[in-house]
Order: sequence, then structure tokens, then C-alpha cells
Amino acid sequence: MMFSNMLGAVTTTLPAVNAAVAKVGHSTGALIHLQPVDIAILVIYLLFVVGIGVVTGRGTKTSEDFFLSGRGIPAWITGLAFISANLGALEVMGMSQQGYEYGMMTANYYWIGAIPAMVFMGIAMMPFFYGSKVRSVPEFLKRRYNEGSRFINAFTFAVFTPAISGISMYAMAVVLQDFLGWHFGPSVWVSAAVVLVYTALGGLTASIYNEVLQFFLIVLGIAPITFIGLIANHGWGHFKHWLNTHQLPFLPPDQVATMAVKTGSLANHAMGKLNAATQQAATHITQLPGKQWLHTWIGTTSNSTNTLHITWPGIVLGLGFVLSFSYWCTNFLVVQRALAAKDMNSAQRTPLLAAFPKMLFPFIVILPGLLALPLLPHLFPGNTKIGGHLIPATESINNVMPMLMAKYYPAGLLGLGLTALMASFMSGMAGNVTAFNTVFTYDLYGVFIKPNASDKHYLAVGRWMTVIGVLISVGFAYVVRGQSGIMGYTQTIFGVVNAPLIAVFLLGMFYSRTTPWGGFAGLLVGTGTSVTLWIFRSIKGLPLYHHYHNNTTGAFWGAVWAFAAGGLVTIIVSLFTPKPAADKMVGLVYSMTPKPPEDGLIPWWKKPIVLGVLALVFTFILNWIFW
Amino acid sequence: MIDLRLPIGLFFLCVGLIMTGFGLFSPHNIPHISQQINVDLYWGVILLLFGGVMTIFGMKGQKAIKEEDK
Repeated sequence: MMFSNMLGAVTTTLPAVNAAVAKVGHSTGALIHLQPVDIAILVIYLLFVVGIGVVTGRGTKTSEDFFLSGRGIPAWITGLAFISANLGALEVMGMSQQGYEYGMMTANYYWIGAIPAMVFMGIAMMPFFYGSKVRSVPEFLKRRYNEGSRFINAFTFAVFTPAISGISMYAMAVVLQDFLGWHFGPSVWVSAAVVLVYTALGGLTASIYNEVLQFFLIVLGIAPITFIGLIANHGWGHFKHWLNTHQLPFLPPDQVATMAVKTGSLANHAMGKLNAATQQAATHITQLPGKQWLHTWIGTTSNSTNTLHITWPGIVLGLGFVLSFSYWCTNFLVVQRALAAKDMNSAQRTPLLAAFPKMLFPFIVILPGLLALPLLPHLFPGNTKIGGHLIPATESINNVMPMLMAKYYPAGLLGLGLTALMASFMSGMAGNVTAFNTVFTYDLYGVFIKPNASDKHYLAVGRWMTVIGVLISVGFAYVVRGQSGIMGYTQTIFGVVNAPLIAVFLLGMFYSRTTPWGGFAGLLVGTGTSVTLWIFRSIKGLPLYHHYHNNTTGAFWGAVWAFAAGGLVTIIVSLFTPKPAADKMVGLVYSMTPKPPEDGLIPWWKKPIVLGVLALVFTFILNWIFW
Repeated sequence: MIDLRLPIGLFFLCVGLIMTGFGLFSPHNIPHISQQINVDLYWGVILLLFGGVMTIFGMKGQKAIKEEDK
């Protein structure tokens, strides 16, 4: 009874809310006006994160404390930090946008594109990363291969990480500007200053502790959108019925961008806004039954019958294997959190414990976007231009999440939601900065600029690099602001460079014949292949231009070929170059490392294999439900 | 070192208190969704419960850390 009352009230008040939101937006230039209660929540959050930095800073005495938290953090904390460091603003905003555009297929980025790799990382790879006592991923490459391999990995990581952080900062500042009317500069500088204070004081510990706080804040600040979205849609059954009775527009994403048309219901409303050329283009739009938005795998036997325009082999091999394993098993941003764990079991459990909340994330970041289809039906793709002018922020798919908050969150909850968005930005930035300062100090400065300096010196360098990392991020945010096209290129190139890494790591850990020069050559050829294929796909007139249905498909298959090339070259060169001494491979290669005796004191529910199997079973069930 | 559950619990207690109080005493500030769903009140109570549980465990953990340090 109460529920039906709620539903009735929701439907009757929505038009009034829409009108009110529109009125506020037009009259003041800002869509949302924060009330004192919202500001209070934001200020309390900022005080807590800085406070955590101050408290953890007191215990930071050595470089290992600063860069690796003294290797003393429990698994549940490193596990939550493992996903929180990755949970940047771009993910929260981007996934809801993709939920709107592609529906539950976006969940493949989690259920096939993250969980299996995280399980593999915890069970198979972590014993080598943690057991070898390396301080960074590039250092592992040095130990297993050679200095050249370390340099390639460290250099690309150090160049791109602050840039990616800057992009995240830019995205957040734009949202704050569009929705709250806050100026770009102060938004960027205040947020950066807060992150700088706590990361410079407490190093990785402060970053990890705050990431856990941010994790809970993001979940508790964003989860109400899913509940409210369901209520506003009259419940899940009614929403499914809506999808089953509607056709939704569907285009390859690159064509969508140029055609500048895509709305929730291919609405006449949107068509009315378009110029003649775009209207003509829009006539070529194809449609899919709305129910396709609820599936992750159905329709993937053909490019033209699913929302992502990709077939299942591309998803499994490209996303589920190469891209996902390269990111979750070799990217130092996430690996660093596990290296901070207090013992081997905790390090192994870090990605495994992270897998459980990670598999549920689609319900708070993707589902709101999906539920918005009937609630915010007339949105355009980001960067759409009509009559030479960019569409307003309030009509962009990119802003589904803040628009839902603006529409449905009352004062108070709105403060919590916006603080959660800011927290997602800060956790991403702090993660990038702490990973950057570690790689720069240990793998570049400590090797090529000033080796054998005192621990105190490296601690000081680490703190200074934190400042510099933040400044580079801020600078890059301004660069992107002036030239927004750089944003896409930077993200794409970083992804392309990292795509084939897993080939070299897997061969290094599980094939003892792999030699230092084999690994080095594989790294170069794999990355070179990946970059070359990307160029061939991107430039008009080159062989692969428009060969794939869209950029996503191209990226998935490009990663597969780069993996194959890198792996093949590693093996061939290894067969013709001298094998490293057996004693140098102990702790780094599976067959050369003595198996530790089974620790009978570890209860069954803390055993990595048990957690790994459970994570895979639950993920399988989720895939089955949304098949 | 500090038991992380303590600051997390305290933070959500603070936010939960604010939202619960706001939901209770400022119903006119809740124009969204429905005049009948006091989202701030309900979610504030959930945050209070979560914050309370974390604080209790955090205080126990903090006590254990202090005993270990001795």
C-alpha cells in the first residue's frame, strides 16, 4: 500500500520537478543550488580526508612507509582500496553514460572484463609480485628481464599517469561548472590541494585509507539513485515492460558522434532540433528492440544485433583476456595496493576480496543510466554540435548521473551524492599520484638519476614528486580544457600502449625458457604492433580505416593481435638468446620457485582458491541472469 | 596507526545525523520524488546505523592496537 502510494506520488510530481529543474537551470546558469546542509556534508568530508592524511602522516618515517605503507595493511582495506583507486570520476560518470547508450552489455566490462582477471591475479600472479618483494611492477620487469624492460614500462607509466589524472580532474571540474556554476579554476585547485595535502603527508597509507572511506561514500552516495530510479519507473517489472514495448535507436558509436543524433526514444522532440543535414543522416538510424538493453550476451553472434556492435569472440578474447588481464594484473596503480598488504595471504586476498563488490558495481553505476532511458529520454551523445554549437550540458548523455541527482535527490542527499562524485574524482587522482611518485622515485630517479642515495633522500624525493605529480595533473587539466580532443587521444594511447603487456608477464612467470632479451623484444614488438594497428585504424586512407564496426571492436581485436605478436616474438627471441641462470629466477618463475608448505592455520574462508572459485561462481550467476 | 573503521564510522555518523535531522525538521526542503517519501530521513537512518556499527568495531580495534603497542 505504502509502495503504491509512493509510485503514485512519484508520477504526479515528476513533471513539476522537471519544470522546476529547468527553471533553475535557465534562470541562474547553474542546474543545482546547494543548500547549507549540502555544503556542510562536503566540508565534513574534506575535513575527514585531510585529518586522515595528518594522522597517517605521523607514522610515515621511511620510504617504504611512504611508498608501500610499510607492507602492514589488512586485506579488507587493501581490497577496497584496490577497486577504489580504479573507481575514478570517469568510471562513475562514464559507466552510467554507457548504461544509457548500450544497456547491460556495459556490465561486460565488469563480469568478463574484470573479475576473471582479478581472480587470476590473486591466485596465480600475486605470489610472484609479493613474494619477490619488488616495490613496483617495473622493478619486477627488471628482476625477470632487464633494465631496458623496466625503463619502457616505468617511462610510459610515469608519463601517462599524471595525464590521466588531469583528464579526470578536467571532467570533474566541468561537471561542477555545468551543474553548480562553480568556476573551473577554483574547482581544480581546491580539489588538487586537498589530494596533495593528504598524499604528501601520509603517502600510500593516507591514499589507501581515504580510498576506503571514498569507497563507502561513493557506494552510499550513489546507491539511492538506483532505488529511486526503480521507484520512478514503477518498479523493475514495469521498466522491463517499457523496454519490451519500445524500439531504441542504435548506431555504431563513431557514426553516432558524426550524425549527432541519439535519443532515448528517437524522439520527435530531438529530431525537431536538428538541422537538415543531420535529419537526413538520422533517417539511416537503425533500431533494436529495447529488451536488448537488458542482455550481456544475447545478440553477440552478430555485430548488428547488439548495442556494442561486437561479437562474442571479440568480447572474450579482446576484453575478457588481453585488455582485462593487462590492466588488472600488470597496472601498478592497482598492484601497488596489494603490495601494501601485511602478508602473502592478505596480498593474494586483495584482488579476490575486491572482486565481490566489483561484480555488484554495475547495479549502482550502470543500472542508473539504463533506468534513465524513460526518465531522461531526450539526451544527445557528448560533444554533439547542433547549428555549430555544442549542446548544453543538461542534454548530454555524459551527464546522466549528475542529472539524475539533480532531478531526484533532495537537499541533504544531494550533498551526499555530489560529495560522492567528488570522492570518486579524488580517489582516482590520489591513486594515480601515489603510483606515479613510487615509479618515478624507485624506477627512474633511483636508477638513472641518483642511485644509492639515503632512504631519507628518497622519502623527500617521493614527497616532492607528489607535489609535481599534482601540478602536472592540474596543468594537463588546463591543456585538455583548451583542446578537448587531447583527452580522447591520451586515454586511447595509454590503453593501446598497455594492451599487450600481459603476454610478456605471463611468459616471464610461467615459461622458464623466456630470456631477458626475449621479454624486452616482446615488450617492444607488442606495444609497437598495438600502436601501429591503432594508427592504421584511425587515419583515413590506411588499410584498417573503418575495417571494424566501431572503435571498441577495433580496440578489442587490436589488443588480441598485439598480444599474439608480443608473445610470439618473446618466444622466438628467447629460443635464440641465452637463458638466465636458474638461481636468478627463483621467486619470479613458477617452475623455479619452491612451493610454500600449506599453512594449516589459515581458515578455509581465507584461502585464495576458495575466494577465487566463489567469485567466479557468483560472476557466472550474474552473467546467467542477464544473459 | 589508527583503526580505519573509526574515522569511517564517525564520518557516517556525522553525515547520518545531519541527514536524519534535516529529514525530520525540514520536510519543506524535500520537494523531490514525493512529498511522502522522506528520502533524507530514511537514508540518514541507514547511514547512522552503518556509521554506528563501524564506530563500535573501530573502537574495539583501536583498543586492540593500543594494547599491542604497549
